[in-house]
Amino acid sequence: MRKIWDIHGGVHPPENKQQSLVEPLGTIALAPELVLPLNQHIGNPALPVVGVGQAVLKGQLVADAQGIFSACVHAPTSGEIIAIEDRPIAHPSGLTAPCIVLRPDGLENWIPLEPCEDPSSLDHFTLVEKIRKAGLAGLGGAGFPTAVKLNPRSTDRVETLILNGTECEPYITADDRLMRDFATEVIQGALLLARIVGQPKEILLGIEDNKPEAIHALQEAAKGSAVEVVVFPTKYPSGGEKQLIQILTGKEVPSGKLPAQIGVLVQNVGTAYAAWRAVRYGEPLIERITTVVGEALKTQRNIRVPLGTPVAHVLAQHGFEARLCARVIIGGPMMGYSIDDLRVPVVKTSNCIMVPSHVEMPPAPPAQACIRCGMCAEACPASLLPQQLYWYAQAEDFERAQSHNLFDCIECGACSFVCPSAIPLVQYYRAAKTTIRRQEAEKQKSDRARERFEQRKERIARAEAEKEAKRLARKQAADVAKARLEEQRSTGAAHSSATASSTPPPLEESGQQSAVQIVQPPTDVSPTPEDAEQLGKKLARQLESAQGRVTHVQQQLAEATDAARLEMLRAQLKQAELKLEEARRKQDEFARGISAPLEQRLERVAQKVQLSPLEAQRNAVAVLEKRLAVAVEKMHEAEREQKATLSALTQGVVKLQAKVDEAKADLLRLEQESPATPPAAQDAAMAAIARAQAKAVAAANRSPEEKDAEQLQSVRARVEKARAKLAEAEASGSDHVPALRAGLKKLESRLFDLETHLKESETPSKELDTRLQGPGPHT
Amino acid sequence: MIDLLLNYPIVSALVALSGMSLFFGAVLGFAAVKFKVEGDPLVERIDKLLPQTQCGQCGYPGCRPYAEAIAAGDTINKCPPGGQSTINHLADLLGVAAPSLDAEHGEASTVKKVAFIREDECIGCTKCIQACPVDAIVGAAKQMHTVVADECTGCDLCVEPCPVDCIDMIPVATGLKEWGWQMPKPALGNTIIASDRDTREQAA
Repeated sequence: MRKIWDIHGGVHPPENKQQSLVEPLGTIALAPELVLPLNQHIGNPALPVVGVGQAVLKGQLVADAQGIFSACVHAPTSGEIIAIEDRPIAHPSGLTAPCIVLRPDGLENWIPLEPCEDPSSLDHFTLVEKIRKAGLAGLGGAGFPTAVKLNPRSTDRVETLILNGTECEPYITADDRLMRDFATEVIQGALLLARIVGQPKEILLGIEDNKPEAIHALQEAAKGSAVEVVVFPTKYPSGGEKQLIQILTGKEVPSGKLPAQIGVLVQNVGTAYAAWRAVRYGEPLIERITTVVGEALKTQRNIRVPLGTPVAHVLAQHGFEARLCARVIIGGPMMGYSIDDLRVPVVKTSNCIMVPSHVEMPPAPPAQACIRCGMCAEACPASLLPQQLYWYAQAEDFERAQSHNLFDCIECGACSFVCPSAIPLVQYYRAAKTTIRRQEAEKQKSDRARERFEQRKERIARAEAEKEAKRLARKQAADVAKARLEEQRSTGAAHSSATASSTPPPLEESGQQSAVQIVQPPTDVSPTPEDAEQLGKKLARQLESAQGRVTHVQQQLAEATDAARLEMLRAQLKQAELKLEEARRKQDEFARGISAPLEQRLERVAQKVQLSPLEAQRNAVAVLEKRLAVAVEKMHEAEREQKATLSALTQGVVKLQAKVDEAKADLLRLEQESPATPPAAQDAAMAAIARAQAKAVAAANRSPEEKDAEQLQSVRARVEKARAKLAEAEASGSDHVPALRAGLKKLESRLFDLETHLKESETPSKELDTRLQGPGPHT
Repeated sequence: MIDLLLNYPIVSALVALSGMSLFFGAVLGFAAVKFKVEGDPLVERIDKLLPQTQCGQCGYPGCRPYAEAIAAGDTINKCPPGGQSTINHLADLLGVAAPSLDAEHGEASTVKKVAFIREDECIGCTKCIQACPVDAIVGAAKQMHTVVADECTGCDLCVEPCPVDCIDMIPVATGLKEWGWQMPKPALGNTIIASDRDTREQAA
């Protein structure tokens, strides 16, 4: 004999189970219309897969599970889908929900089923899939999708499978009837479920001692199997999942945890039966056993009822007398809820339809003040403090209610049952739970709203800052442009000052000044060629403008008639002529100055030419090294100041380094060659000197473009040669192919560099030419 | 030095006291810098209690500014969307008596509402988009706009700017998911006594 534990609290309400057990399990005529709610379970509503007007067969899928936490819905009989619409459903709210409405054709044509002779040959996943496809949801009352429950987390190993045949609620006998009539199937179902969850250590079937016939049948059926039928004393609410676990195993499910986390799985006996039917015969869940009970009926019994049958139809089949009926309750007297609309259908979770008379269930007496008797605390099977919860719920102090474990309340109604003040305690807890959940949802929503609001603010601030930055940049650009314009105007005024007779003096002055500034020869610094070029251009412009002014004033002088004006114009002319003179002088000076360095350079070249190639090379290396040093220094500077030109400078340095290396290599070669062949070298050197001299002279006379062009030519020739060599090597399959290829590549890149360089240098020089020749555009 | 301190207890006491005060002053100064509390935690906590509709009915441009104002001493009954429960929570937090809602700032509505744009009337002016404090309206210029109902806080700030009045505030549909049990009507308390039950039963 197995040890049985006891639970805290509990009550013994009048059982009233006999009246519905007198008659055998019955069936009723098919209703004219079946209403199949899409959500008969906990989780997502199923998704309709049939259309209005479609003919369906018995057992055909009409709505598929949507996601994992969902269950399929099947047609309970053959017929036609006449509507998919919102209908009132069996729910305490009395609200409507989407339903598929089926009009039976009475033919009961089954779809082809997939029976399985030997379920033990199937693996876990196939079995779970079969149960999922059959649309099984817990038939005990909660409607948890069975397939989900049978697939516990891999960390939670099921050690005890418990079949719940307790049925502790008064009046309800659906499971009792099932266990009496289908004991073998229930046991088979238990073994099947055990197989699915990986053969737990024990398979227990818990049943209260008020069902002796069912106990006898089960014990007969379970003989020789792994299922152990455990009988324990009747007490409400032993059938609660956590309570049953405690009674049978002595383990308590921790607050906020699932039974699976302590290695226990509980299934209703009805679910086990349905699972067996689903796997063995391929039958989906389309009907259930429901208790129809109450003094307002002529016949009280258990019936097999197709899901979707309206309650009104069920009651009508049992001689329902509305005038006797106090209210219609779905579920039992302790945990059921009353419905107002009798069109609501029987669903997977409806285990009882109760229509008590006024005498059987008088209206609840008016609630009185809580007298703190503590009877509710004694009755509570979850060991809570109902009266405290009541106070907190009433005061809307939900925080404290939660800290008194409000959410562990199973809403069994034992506290309300024992309350001498007839306080509807459970309703307070349900309302409090609802409010807390709602507040939590609102809090989440408000958190999201806050986040969105803050992000929006941030975004706006960022856009604002960007706009401001752009505005500032525009303003700065405008200021710079303005300043430039101002400057231009002041220099350009020199041209037009003569024409504008009204304001000549200041313009004249500024014009003079700027001219002087520009013409002033930069004596202290020797001009680099670029500087000289620019200066030359400037001077040419100056000269030109002075000339233009002189001619202009002369013209005006010729046209003028007024004596005073004549006088003024004459003075202006004189001044302009003076300026022209000065500009010419500067131009001459500049021309002389620029020729001097050229001569110097020629001299240097001549000197160079006279040097031996070795020495020339040495000099070249020295010069290159100096340049490299300068370039490196510049680069470091740029690096320090984070200048944009850094990359360009770095490239320059790399190139220079390459050049230096090349020059050094040449030098080395020359040094090696020179001592080995002194006499020949002498001649060769002389010849080279002569050649170099010629070259230098030519170079001195040539423009840099020509030099570049020549270099380009030579590189091109080298590329050609390299290509030819490569082709040859490839043809003969030589080992040098990669090396040659690399060399060719290098040469080609150099060629490309040269070409681009040449192009670049061509364009500005052309511009320069046109400027020097004709009246160019002003800067 | 030691002799001096030993001979003149007053001097030694002064030295000891001043030394201690210097030491603790340094410790406190260091702690004040090292463990400085960033921001005002009270404002954060108040802000958490506000409903975050950002509706501005309190007269401040959003919930956080109002939270700052409350922390600075403003009254706590200016938030109609939060209603009495928010006021109660704020009163709890601040340790003051809970006043009733200031009617000047609007009435608490019992039904939650969301904005709804009658889309065939929308001209695509984007004015409502700019007004929405939580970016719950999507759309572009000259394109139809629509409200993301899940993100809408029901602040009705978008209703005013709409030039064609095509935005309605509609109550949130309550389906089965939103439904919940109501609190029972409050117990009658001492208005009846236990024996009343029997007489009523007899009468019935």
